[in-house]
Amino acid sequence: MRFLLVEDNGELAEAVSNRLALDGHAVDHADSLAEAEHCLAATSYDLILLDVMLPDGDGRDFLARSRAHLETPVIVLTARARVTDRVGALDQGADDYITKPFDFSELEARVRAVLRRRGGSARNEIALGEALFDPMSGTLRAGGESVTLRNRETRLLEVFARHPGQTFSKGQLLDRLFSFDAEVTENAIEVYVGRLRKRIGPLGLRIETVRGLGYRLETAPA
Amino acid sequence: MIARLSIGHRLTVLLAGVAALLSLLSWWMVSELARQAAARSQDNVLAASATTIAETIRSEQGEVRLELPYSALSMLGAISEDRVFYKVVAGERVLTGYDDLPVPTDAATGARVAFETGQYSGEAIRMASVRRTVLAGAGPVPVVVTVAQTLSGVDAVSGQLSRLAAALSLAFFLVAVGLSVFAARASLRPLNAFAQAVSRRGPSDLRPLRRDAPPELAPLRGALNRLMDRLGQSIRRSEDFIAEAAHRVRTPLATVRAQAEIALRSAESEDSRQRLRRIIRAVDESSRSAGQLLDHATVAYRAEDLARDRIDLGELVAQAAAALEPTATMKDIEFRIATSQARVVGDAVLLESALGNVLDNAVKYSPDETTVHIAVSAEEGVARITVTDEGPGLGEGPIESLTERFRRGGNTEGVVGSGLGLTIAADVLAAHGGRLDLRNAAEGGGACVTLVLPSA
Repeated sequence: MRFLLVEDNGELAEAVSNRLALDGHAVDHADSLAEAEHCLAATSYDLILLDVMLPDGDGRDFLARSRAHLETPVIVLTARARVTDRVGALDQGADDYITKPFDFSELEARVRAVLRRRGGSARNEIALGEALFDPMSGTLRAGGESVTLRNRETRLLEVFARHPGQTFSKGQLLDRLFSFDAEVTENAIEVYVGRLRKRIGPLGLRIETVRGLGYRLETAPA
Repeated sequence: MIARLSIGHRLTVLLAGVAALLSLLSWWMVSELARQAAARSQDNVLAASATTIAETIRSEQGEVRLELPYSALSMLGAISEDRVFYKVVAGERVLTGYDDLPVPTDAATGARVAFETGQYSGEAIRMASVRRTVLAGAGPVPVVVTVAQTLSGVDAVSGQLSRLAAALSLAFFLVAVGLSVFAARASLRPLNAFAQAVSRRGPSDLRPLRRDAPPELAPLRGALNRLMDRLGQSIRRSEDFIAEAAHRVRTPLATVRAQAEIALRSAESEDSRQRLRRIIRAVDESSRSAGQLLDHATVAYRAEDLARDRIDLGELVAQAAAALEPTATMKDIEFRIATSQARVVGDAVLLESALGNVLDNAVKYSPDETTVHIAVSAEEGVARITVTDEGPGLGEGPIESLTERFRRGGNTEGVVGSGLGLTIAADVLAAHGGRLDLRNAAEGGGACVTLVLPSA
């Protein structure tokens, strides 16, 4: 999917773009409202991530101004405490908001929730051997069979699906799957890998254990 | 002292004072007029009596003689029970009557009829003398007829009238006091209406007053509007400052956190990964604390003068759950909501924040793939939102102390938190006349947090 990130802090924008690219999203970066207008005039986007304080104005004013002709869902990036700002941002037509500093997995979760709510957008399926995987809804289809995965299982499979053939260590998977506010051990990854194996096995997908390195997704039948 | 006295009281006292003065004056005037009228009618009768006696005086063989007509004295008896005295003096000789009865001083020299008030046999009397000259013997003899009467009749009449006047004056005074109270209230009504218009406003309503006011209140209205304008400007300035400060602090924090997450991806050694995780947790901890401190301050500020919105608790729950749904989904936690009709009056922003904090806790402490139950109920004037999770519960130790500032449960190790979430929720509920009930769910041992509010 194609995202527009409007954020005047270059380093943060680079990091966010970088991270969203991991999930297969293309991110255009605008560092002012004027530039954002240019981007919106040139291309259409699936989602806009909009900072509130920009050098040439308030993101919320921009939102209120362009809401009439802008169909694209918007997630506002705010630095304010929740009580007062939430109301303001949502009133002005934002679909959701997230408070800086944010957890990438929370940002992803909110992006998914907004896109799901808005429906409409084209399916973004990934082919895994014989199977088709929709990371948005967590469904996996092959032949006549279909499996719906839980959220963590979906995220786990998505990590593998986005990077075919790559081996991931338990630590890497842990950081992608769990937010940092809870203490989780690598045992949890073993549990989830075990469960995912059971769910996707019937559809011809396997997760191999690479001794001493981690796990890898195999799409070809053994 | 005067400055602190209510204007209404001052106006009432002033008007009642004037009424009292007028009452006294009118009582005095009526009594005086009554006394004068009674005295004049007595004088007239006395004069008539003396004249009637004087008419009978004649000269007979060089002597002055008279016949005392009964009617002359009986007309005096007609007006009251007063005692009557008389004396007729011809020249130096007393012809008849009471020898020692005093005679008006100017009876012999002044006008034809002379009056005077004096004392006789221990009583106050009113005297009238008529002077005639009779030709007898050698020459004209001056004859003075004096008739006197005690004053008790006149005093009785004027006293009676004076009491009547006093009663009327008192009645007038009481009516006037009543009217003063009414007048004071009526003239203060625009002021009260004005005050109500100001006090009915919400905590953030700083629009200028447009209400019509009497010309006397216009300067006050002007001053209030200028004050509100300045207050609004200074609030906007401090809000802008807080926004700017939050932006300046949080954007770099967000950058640090984002870069740390990216570094974590490519970090090779477990040691450096551990350090990066610690950085991220520290960033989360500080931003969460900063956010909740701001929330806490906002609650304290808004709780002083609560907005009075009508709130449907079902909608409130739906909104709060929707806001947290993405984070709950990350852990495959499901919200199960059971609502019944419940309405409260209160500050929507604060209640949403209270519920948000409670739900945030529930999601944070719940294990993966569990359910958070949210129930809305109302009975006997009390509305409840009960949030039950399947987490570890509220732990050992006194449960009530969990709403104290910066107090965290004994079993929260490893979870980022500021210790302000339940404090904010409890403060919001207390400001609404409700409370936060904390207990452990019966089976399973999860936490069960109930927001109790008086229902509308």
